[in-house]
Amino acid sequence: MPNGLDFRFEKRCRYLEENYAVELKNVTKIFGKVVANDSVSLGIRHSEILSILGENGSGKTTLMNMIAGIYFPDAGQIFVEGKEVSIRSPKDAIELKIGMIHQHFKLVDVFTAAENIALGLEGEKYNLKTVAKRIKEICEKYGFDIDPYQKVYNMTVSQKQTLEIIKVLYRGANILILDEPTAVLTPLETERLFGIIRNMRDDGKSVIIITHKLNEVLAVSDRVAILRKGKYVGTVDTKDATELSLTEMMVGQKVSLNIARKEPVNPQERLIVNNLTCLDSAGVKVLDKVSFTAFGGEILGIAGISGCGQKELLEAIAGLKKTAPGSSVEYIDPGDNIKKQLIGKNPRQIKDYGIALSFVPEDRLGMGLVGSMGMTGNMMLRSYNNGHSFFAARKEPRDLAVKVKNELSVMTPSIDTPVSKLSGGNVQKVLVGREIASSPTVLMTAYAVRGLDINTSYTIYNLLSEEKDNGVAVIYVGEDLDVLLELCDRILVLCGGRVNGIVDARTATKEEIGLLMTNLKEGGNR
Amino acid sequence: MAKGNVIKEPLVRVVKRDTRSTAKTYKFVLIRVAAVILALIVDALFIFFITGLNPISVYTTMFKGTFDFEYGSTLFTAKFLTTVRDMALLLGIAVALAPAFKMRFWNIGAEGQVLMGALATACVMQYGVKYVSGPVLMIIMFVMAVIAGAVWGILPAIFKAKWKTNETLFTLMMNYIAINIISFATNVWRGKKSTLGTINSISREGWFPKILNQDFTLGIIMVFALVVLVFIYLKYSKHGYEISVVGESENTAKYAGINIKKVIIRTMAISGAICGLCGFMVVAGKDHTVSTGSAGGYGFTAIIVAWMAKFNTFFMMLIAFLIAFLEHGASEIHSTYAVINDYAADIISAVILFFLIGCEFFINYRLVFRSGRKKEA
Repeated sequence: MPNGLDFRFEKRCRYLEENYAVELKNVTKIFGKVVANDSVSLGIRHSEILSILGENGSGKTTLMNMIAGIYFPDAGQIFVEGKEVSIRSPKDAIELKIGMIHQHFKLVDVFTAAENIALGLEGEKYNLKTVAKRIKEICEKYGFDIDPYQKVYNMTVSQKQTLEIIKVLYRGANILILDEPTAVLTPLETERLFGIIRNMRDDGKSVIIITHKLNEVLAVSDRVAILRKGKYVGTVDTKDATELSLTEMMVGQKVSLNIARKEPVNPQERLIVNNLTCLDSAGVKVLDKVSFTAFGGEILGIAGISGCGQKELLEAIAGLKKTAPGSSVEYIDPGDNIKKQLIGKNPRQIKDYGIALSFVPEDRLGMGLVGSMGMTGNMMLRSYNNGHSFFAARKEPRDLAVKVKNELSVMTPSIDTPVSKLSGGNVQKVLVGREIASSPTVLMTAYAVRGLDINTSYTIYNLLSEEKDNGVAVIYVGEDLDVLLELCDRILVLCGGRVNGIVDARTATKEEIGLLMTNLKEGGNR
Repeated sequence: MAKGNVIKEPLVRVVKRDTRSTAKTYKFVLIRVAAVILALIVDALFIFFITGLNPISVYTTMFKGTFDFEYGSTLFTAKFLTTVRDMALLLGIAVALAPAFKMRFWNIGAEGQVLMGALATACVMQYGVKYVSGPVLMIIMFVMAVIAGAVWGILPAIFKAKWKTNETLFTLMMNYIAINIISFATNVWRGKKSTLGTINSISREGWFPKILNQDFTLGIIMVFALVVLVFIYLKYSKHGYEISVVGESENTAKYAGINIKKVIIRTMAISGAICGLCGFMVVAGKDHTVSTGSAGGYGFTAIIVAWMAKFNTFFMMLIAFLIAFLEHGASEIHSTYAVINDYAADIISAVILFFLIGCEFFINYRLVFRSGRKKEA
């Protein structure tokens, strides 16, 4: 929680209030058909920590990229220190003393810290010694701790981030933008970073933090600006804000979508997940003792901030991801009620075990489909190995391709056109069509409507609802809370790889889910 | 401060062609024809200004390197058959590379795999003749060559599958190991003789039977059979489907339940085995001996053939023939004209190849020239 700001500082704030460090007026950015930022007006003061808060895809990063010179606004104006400017490149931005620290670091691994900072410096003689000296000065001033001669590949993630910040400060930035800076940090490192951010603010710098973690917003920022679906909702002083009030602004009023939803008919246990734990390559738990039951004849929604274990959960069930000992995923056959353990089996073995498990992965062309093949080739992906012939059957997949093309009205010049040439919606139709065609008993989808237009989205919702009515256990990982609330029967909320609650989608509110998404109940960030 | 900068349009922009439109096939043919014509013009300048010869007569001689009708009325002259023989060898190795390349496994080790096959063949030819003869000997030679090539192909595949080593470096280095094993083996065999010499030169045991009065005809038949078999294997078999999926995306392969390691090892075994088979054909049908030059660099040239044909085994026939034709044309002009040494002959044929490969760029991209200066709004 924020402490009461000291009186002197408040006075200074008020003095500089009229004079924004950066001001955006009616800034709009459109990508294709998607409006990423819709006429956003927003100001950042001197000596201030401003949080930009919003759900995934609310346009936070896009907006900041326009200040940092990565994108150029389609409409609107940007003012720096009261003067209108046009920022066409990161170089322009740095000339205006604006620096951005991206989520993915832009460092040369085999260089030392000092070499990385010297890289691209203009109007200065290349002298590593002076660079190192100035790095030391910056470190002392703000409380960083870094060795200028350490190679980047030897650094921890936190050190790399520190280096990125120093790089920006070295180039004289007064306005710093940090994109999800705590996503990769441990709680202790987060605390240290916040200390540094406060030091920078007290030194007169403006710091913008892009985030969706409410507790951090409340802990570090002076003001919070909230974006929702590309639109600017408002700015509040952190001292007047609570987690609930921020959640309400972030998720907004409930929008009615009119998705047909029937009551589940005779739901039966289909998939019992128990203590499912997964580690990433660094040994960090991406899934932590996840337990739940999915029923046949219902849609179980899975909500969560992106990267909270949704992808790993589905991949672990599908047999694509290694699980830690003690994990269990039991499948109950609707035919004979025999329990079958899925852990330790690969997708082929699961299929050979007689389990019709369909999976629509998030990465459609990189995992679910073969981009260079046509629809026929892609229909074969799951079934090509059927039968004992040395040759793969071509006729059935071809018939299926024609059927999917007609029934889901896939727009393609021919069923042999490589699917990578199709539009996103049609690619998804091919994938969902194939997965449903195998008459599954469990159907898992990850972000099934991401990037699709309204009509195609509704086609997908209807297909999923039909499958539910057929008694299939549908697991729907989604990001739009309105859709989750109207499509699903129950919603499981993941937070930091743990189940943070399972709610009834018919009675739950957006705020309730929003809070579960951002606040882990048992405390701690991970 | 931000400047009122004017963004200059570049003079030439490279734009990717829309490969979806198949209606423009004639355009691609035109581009290739233009490339050949341009190459011939550049070559003509080279010939005229450097050697002072008449380019037309040089080209005619080059053509006669393969199509020499003066010897008889039929197409199957000795020169033509030699060209076809070299084409068949090149084609055989290119066909061997197709499955591996389709899987995006960059097998640069065909040379070594061919050499190992050749060594195994020669070994059986030299020593097996004491125990067996005739077709039995031939079959043992065949089997041993295939095994030797496959082993040379499997080794890098196992390392790639298990430890994700870089297959390009691995297969490349395996070539040098193979070359040195051959020089070791031949040095031991020849004893006090200056060279190994032709094996079984009198009994002709383990040699291909003469068909159409040519030693290698059996090899040509085998290669054409391979072209068809590998084409069917890649296009219609379950294995071929797995190869395509693994080549496209390992994630998709995993998702489909494909055992990626097994596919990598199996495919390289096949690739190596066919290379070994080509080694068998070199020894049994052409050289009747083995040396470090048995593969003659064809293991590398075949990479160009496979790539230019986009891994389609039938297109490979055309490309392999073209390269063999150029090679024989070059040696023909070199032996006909005193002023053209073999370097100059190589330049002449290389220019044609260069233009043909270079035109692939214009098939995939088109150039857009600046129409006029536009000021940024």
